[in-house]
Amino acid sequence: MSANTSSAAVRTGRPAGGPPAATGVRRVLRATPTAWVIWAVVLFFFVNLAGVVGSVLVSSFGRRWFDTWLPTGFTTQWYGEAWHEFGLLHVITVTLIASALVVVLSVLVGAPAAYVLARQNFPGKRLVYLTFLLPILMPPITYGIPLATVLYKFGFAGHLSGVVLANLVPSVPFVILTMTPFIEQVDPRIESAARMLGAGTRAVFLKILAPLLVPGLLASAILVLVRTVGMFELTFLTAGPDSQTLVVALYYSMSAAGIRAQQSVDAMAVIYTSMMLVLLVVALRFVNPTQLVARVKEEPE
Amino acid sequence: MDRRLWLLLPATVFVLVLFIYPFVYGLSLSFQPMNGGGVFANYQKFFSDAYQRDTIVTTLRIALPAALLNVLAAVPIAFRMRGRFRGKRLMTTVLVIPITLGTVLTAQGLLNFLGPTGWFNRVLMGIGLADDPIRLTNNYWGVFFSLIITGFPFAFLLVLSYLSGIDPTLERAAATLGASRSQRFRRITLPLLAPGLATTFLLTFVLAFSVFPSAVLVGNPAGSTRVISLAAYQAAYEQYDYAYASAIAMIMGAVELVVVAVVLVWRSRLYTGSTGGKG
Repeated sequence: MSANTSSAAVRTGRPAGGPPAATGVRRVLRATPTAWVIWAVVLFFFVNLAGVVGSVLVSSFGRRWFDTWLPTGFTTQWYGEAWHEFGLLHVITVTLIASALVVVLSVLVGAPAAYVLARQNFPGKRLVYLTFLLPILMPPITYGIPLATVLYKFGFAGHLSGVVLANLVPSVPFVILTMTPFIEQVDPRIESAARMLGAGTRAVFLKILAPLLVPGLLASAILVLVRTVGMFELTFLTAGPDSQTLVVALYYSMSAAGIRAQQSVDAMAVIYTSMMLVLLVVALRFVNPTQLVARVKEEPE
Repeated sequence: MDRRLWLLLPATVFVLVLFIYPFVYGLSLSFQPMNGGGVFANYQKFFSDAYQRDTIVTTLRIALPAALLNVLAAVPIAFRMRGRFRGKRLMTTVLVIPITLGTVLTAQGLLNFLGPTGWFNRVLMGIGLADDPIRLTNNYWGVFFSLIITGFPFAFLLVLSYLSGIDPTLERAAATLGASRSQRFRRITLPLLAPGLATTFLLTFVLAFSVFPSAVLVGNPAGSTRVISLAAYQAAYEQYDYAYASAIAMIMGAVELVVVAVVLVWRSRLYTGSTGGKG
């Protein structure tokens, strides 16, 4: 934050008289009162956020912490306890396997559909599009409860397969939505040219489209991964004792208060967040989050 | 017919089997009450019981303000983060971090930080702003804050994304014609941004509307934060009445779709053409 409070206040130059905000030119610092208010609010938000996260971190390393500013001493025992008591190794393995399956399946199912929706016009296209949109527009609990009932009926729920199937419901539409703008960006003339030169559909896909779409594929795959690891409701409704993911195990350990030391739950939450953070940092290396919905050429350096 | 349409088949089958079929199944199940009675018995049961009926209002009272605040707060901040500047990537990363926190860490953090002996109340009492600890957890505010912490970064990213999709030359053109900064915002940027804002509001609202874990963990799940998803969950997994649970889920979906429809109708009256930013 400090790196840019100075430069963030850099405002667009004078409106009249030549093109303001000229490309690449350092702009003149003009912080208006509104700007100060906004940055103060942002700062307040972050100070409190730091307090929220910090208190969990401190508590997860703390010995006894009651009515004081800091715990009486520090220890790492809670991490060891959380790791063993909750069988975290198993839980993390389940989380990673389930998420990986969801990512692979949703890309395999979603990407071809995104291609058709980006390129073709056909009767009923709007209806198809709306159907794919609905699972994203509905809260997971609304379709999760009927879905879990159906999955129990057919014997999927309570196992890893049920967790994967349930998590596919919002993931496939998500892949379709994030991939479509990427596909629209690929000039159809490239495909036509390849076809004219005798390439079949297969060759067009493997040699032309796939390489051009790698960024889009990575973007949607990573976002689905982050979403699935963090998805609580659907996994909660469909998981059995052996197929709990980290979020669900965490929820149980916290809602069953009194059984676990609070610090041990804190330690587990820190482990979860570190895992998510690693995933997200990896994601941000491949995806520019500001270009998710509207793809714009960044101004050149 | 184009052969490429076959590519749509897997996704269509998937959505039919895993989304439409369960939904229809749930809908028909909701009309078959477990304990007998008419077709609408489950719905009558829900609406005649004030404890259940009020969950709708409770949910909307939490979700609407939270979603609205998230979107409205995101606009000025995103507006200031447009264009290139040093540290932009760092700033975006910092703003995205709350997404990784997860409900439980947020809940534990809020309980620790805002609780009666937490740092927040210590500071307030230390500088003399409060004599007694302010109660901010295990009630409405705990849930509200948790929705802001998880929802704001998401809303911010989307708004920033829509905002960077607006061609800057349009504003420059307006500036050349003598439009002031506020005129440019009101007449150019805001109309182009409005459809994006509607979408952002919808997605944040969906997130907030299904609030369930945080309503239990930092809220008051028996009273002021007994949200509708909690009622549905209790019916299914505590009373094992899947028919009733399905009915509640359907009511929940209907309420949510009404809000979505209102926003979409409002949005369709706005300019929906290209923002001119396709590169």
